Amino acid sequence: MREITYRQALNEALAEELARDPNVFLMGEEVAEYHGAYKVSQGLLERFGPKRIIDTPISENGFAGLGIGAAMTGLRPIIEFMTFSFSLVAFDQVVNNAPNMFMMSGGQFNIPITFRGPNGPAHQLGATHSHATECLFANAPGLKVCTPATPRDAKGLLKTAVRDDNPVLVLEAELLYSSKGMVEPPDEELLIPLGQAEVKREGSDVSIICYAQTVPLALTVAAQLEEEDISAEIVDLRSIKPLDEEAIYKSVSKTHRVVIVEQDRPFCGVGAEVCYRIQKNIFDELDAPVIRVSQEDVPMPYNEKLEKFVLPNADKLMSAVKKVCYA
Amino acid sequence: MHRPEQRDEVEMLAMMLLIRRFEERASQQYQAQKIGGFCHLYIGQEAVVVGAVAAVREDDYIITAYRDHGHALARGTSANACMAELFGKATGCTQGLGGSMHFFDKKHHMYGGHAIVGAHVPLAAGLAFASKYREEDRVTLCFFGDGAINQGSFHEALNLIALYKLPVILICENNLFAMGTSVKRSTSLKQIVDRAEGYDIPGDIVDGMNFREVRDKVAEVAASIRKDSHPAFLEVRTYRYRGHSMSDPASYRTKDELEKYRLDDPIIRLRAQLTREGKLTNEQFDALDKKAKQAALESVKFAEQSPELPVEDVYKYSYAEGNKS
Ligand SMILES: Cc1ncc(C[n+]2csc(CCOP(=O)(O)OP(=O)(O)O)c2C)c(N)n1
Ligand SMILES: [Mg+2]
Repeated sequence: MREITYRQALNEALAEELARDPNVFLMGEEVAEYHGAYKVSQGLLERFGPKRIIDTPISENGFAGLGIGAAMTGLRPIIEFMTFSFSLVAFDQVVNNAPNMFMMSGGQFNIPITFRGPNGPAHQLGATHSHATECLFANAPGLKVCTPATPRDAKGLLKTAVRDDNPVLVLEAELLYSSKGMVEPPDEELLIPLGQAEVKREGSDVSIICYAQTVPLALTVAAQLEEEDISAEIVDLRSIKPLDEEAIYKSVSKTHRVVIVEQDRPFCGVGAEVCYRIQKNIFDELDAPVIRVSQEDVPMPYNEKLEKFVLPNADKLMSAVKKVCYA
Repeated sequence: MHRPEQRDEVEMLAMMLLIRRFEERASQQYQAQKIGGFCHLYIGQEAVVVGAVAAVREDDYIITAYRDHGHALARGTSANACMAELFGKATGCTQGLGGSMHFFDKKHHMYGGHAIVGAHVPLAAGLAFASKYREEDRVTLCFFGDGAINQGSFHEALNLIALYKLPVILICENNLFAMGTSVKRSTSLKQIVDRAEGYDIPGDIVDGMNFREVRDKVAEVAASIRKDSHPAFLEVRTYRYRGHSMSDPASYRTKDELEKYRLDDPIIRLRAQLTREGKLTNEQFDALDKKAKQAALESVKFAEQSPELPVEDVYKYSYAEGNKS
């Protein structure tokens, strides 16, 4: 194992899959000559050439659809959205074409495509640039959605996504590109299955269910809780869809108390679904009502203080944990 | 590989008849409530797809909008599989899962039936991108209506297609109407083909009621594309005799307009051409028509007798299985 950044991990995943399979290509705005708006595709143009690392004009609907058409013939496109906030202009392609094709064609055409890019609120980008899109996409049957929080997960999930025969969205955490973590060396194949959560920290008093940008938040809060003698278990979903229900139930059956901390909005957010499933399937395990910590239900303000208030944060999570622990 | 110019014209006339008679049966079965949802008939436009398909290879990709029955039939999907699809049966071309607007037939390189106006034009770019990526000399035929040309996805796709020099023939089936909106009320251009100019794509206007003109134009363009990959745009002028869908009485147009086009019927025209040249007798034509009618009638029987998928099968088609790489 060695320590690399989340950005490097994604870059390695792309390079390894491009090298492994000639059917794989990377397409998006600024991915080639500019090396990616967030430098995730650094060096790929030089290594794989312009046939496989392809710059596009600003036409998200167009190139998302191009990718889907290419995937109908068996190519394995990786389509980068500069951010998932911009994927909304390609919503029709991602939600109405990619996941429906297999059903509509009676199983004749599967769509082995990966859509990837940064997702979730970053710092002070204002309402148009701060979308956490996971709940929008997870709502569409036929799509798979994963949300890696660490360099290791980023690499392993992206590689798996590229090999999947279905449309997979890899929602990268915009704020975590420079974060570091231990990852297997490049000569060791790292594939992390979709639909497998990971306990990022063991604990016995409360389960904090989180994903993407809320994972480091939950870990920080868990360390603080430790000082107050509350032992928090951190369950990182890693994939939103498929959802690893077993891992959730296992943790909740141990702690009997749950806080879900999500980076998206409260109404129909990811936490709403997780919460519903917990109460439906393991109601008897609960010693307290489940609490969700999410964004406030407002468009994202630019002002730094206001933005902090809108986002899930340590204070909100802390008080939610204390509430379910009756502490 | 067959040479398109050798494709037998009598056979192509038979195909146009099959589409016509199939659609008439579909209309009747829709009225008898054997067919659900929306149903858009292709009657009047047969020469467009039959002419275009006659001019290309069997392994070329074709993709179209929701008025797609004729496209599947012209490509070789059986009338039985098409009618069974309309009936929602397991023997349909998508096992009854896609319906009228979503015909697919991978074996015949028919890449759908797409019902969101304009949304399949980027897919066509992708099909053509794939041929170019693999260094194949296939062309992609992308059919769409006059209603699609004002959609963002269409414009984005045309720019990408031109920018990457993709081997696509963009075939606008200009039947003068998008539902009840005439082109005059939807489009700021004098003629649709001028859209292509804005993207530096060579364009042409074709008489869509004339099978030979469509075939020859598509053949010429396809040959040029195979030599050196590039797109082309054909505005094919045609007319739909029926309403937009089964529920539309088409009161937005005059009887005289419809009559004018009916007199210019693509089937009558090709028949006349062949008869004049001594390639078809009246008896032969009648035999072809009888055969088409019979095939259409047979397809109804086939559809009626076919089974439906069991309901538990709905869970099988959300995701493709396995992680093949
Ligand atoms: C994005 C979208 N908007 C609206 C519709 C509804 N609609 C279906 S067909 C149609 C008219 C399209 O006309 P045209 O493209 O000329 O094709 P034609 O029906 O003449 O074959 C409309 C508005 C749709 N299917 N998709
Ligand atoms: Mg039209």
